[in-house]
Amino acid sequence: MAPPKNRRPGFSKRAQYSIFASYLLGILGAVVGLLLLLISIFDPHGFSVLRTIGAEATAPVSKTLSEVGGATGNAGENISAYFNAASKNAEMKRELKKSRIEILEARALKQENERLKRLLDLDKEIPEAIGMARLISSTSSSSRRMATLGLGTTDGILIGQPVRAPEGLVGRVLEAGPTTARILLVSDGQNVTPVKRASDELPAFATGRGDGTVDIRPINLGTNPFKGGDLMITSGSGGLYGPGIPVAVVIRKTETGAIARILANSARVSHVIVQPMFQAETVAAIKQEKIDEAETETQGGE
Amino acid sequence: MAKPYRSRINRQPSQFRIKFIPSITVILASMITALPLITDYPILPPMGLLVLLSWRLIRPGYWPVWAGFPLGMVDDMFSGQPFGSAAFLWSLVFIALETLDRRGVGRDYWQDWLIASLSIIFVLICGMLIIDFQSNLLRLEILVPQILLSILLYPFVTRFVGAIDNWRVAA
Repeated sequence: MAPPKNRRPGFSKRAQYSIFASYLLGILGAVVGLLLLLISIFDPHGFSVLRTIGAEATAPVSKTLSEVGGATGNAGENISAYFNAASKNAEMKRELKKSRIEILEARALKQENERLKRLLDLDKEIPEAIGMARLISSTSSSSRRMATLGLGTTDGILIGQPVRAPEGLVGRVLEAGPTTARILLVSDGQNVTPVKRASDELPAFATGRGDGTVDIRPINLGTNPFKGGDLMITSGSGGLYGPGIPVAVVIRKTETGAIARILANSARVSHVIVQPMFQAETVAAIKQEKIDEAETETQGGE
Repeated sequence: MAKPYRSRINRQPSQFRIKFIPSITVILASMITALPLITDYPILPPMGLLVLLSWRLIRPGYWPVWAGFPLGMVDDMFSGQPFGSAAFLWSLVFIALETLDRRGVGRDYWQDWLIASLSIIFVLICGMLIIDFQSNLLRLEILVPQILLSILLYPFVTRFVGAIDNWRVAA
């Protein structure tokens, strides 16, 4: 490339000034950008209107394309499934036999659970789902983990509502526009989910790591009882997520806790369900939750 | 149907194309996050930035120094980064590139690629640190695939932008 023309202004004062002015504007742009950045760091919802406009403007394209993309999205996985098919088959048969027994046990437990709930008069719950839709796009070029959902305030979506898939918790609604909503995924670094270990209700916090895993930190510091394969479910404390939604499975222990893989991989789930906030349940349920929480904490303190 | 008669010499290229095509392509590239690509970690190259750098390096002097600011603001609407992050970082890149251009030395293609690569690395790493400095400083390795992909994609984007540029100035 040849050096650009009009670079050296010579003795023309006017040319020199105009170069100086354009520099000044450039620096001004950087400074204003920094100010905007500081504002949006201290008030994350300040510019949500602009982002909502952006999401709404591109939503028709995203929605149409996500319908097409669903069919081809798993091609690689389908092909790789052919390798080691025989050994996988045997393994799956073993697992199936084991899980059949577990299903029978679970069914009995479910019946008992329902009976107890009826006894406690807890069954008057609000509808389980506000809406079901696809994730239509995500912030795949940014380190923040957010996804856009094809539902908005016109469908009854409100900020803060939990979003889940059959596999587990996906995230919560961060910003809602008329027909789209931004979901803060569990794997986002700013998303802290109160969880507990499914086996013994050990309370912990799950903080996103931005790469499909979460950091699990026990509430009681100093102890690190986690081991690989531990299932973490939402504890229901905080009142945002209902208790018992699967979140992640521990894959590795660290010095302060553990690293766990998120069960509902947002890249894999096809449809997600938006649920009402857990807080909005009946007073009885909240009371019950508080009792549960207290019990959980005393158990965790052992 | 016969084409309406056009002079074969002394044609003027469309002023609209000359003036607006670069900005439009950058904005469209920023909007690429609207595609239904759902990923668990950052992998998609920052297409807006790649197209912007291509234009900036193919046609030095086309953008004024402050152009990074408005285009970065548009990118912030779609990228999911905190608002103002691209406006700030792209402005810094533009100031740096302008200073580089002032040296008045001709650059070749490889140097352009190197400059673009450094700019991409700078913007991506700073973009991640802006979100959460303390905890993200320890896991910058998440960005490695995205950085590599972006650097390898840059020559193709430049080719494409070059083709658009030929069409832009053609009469």
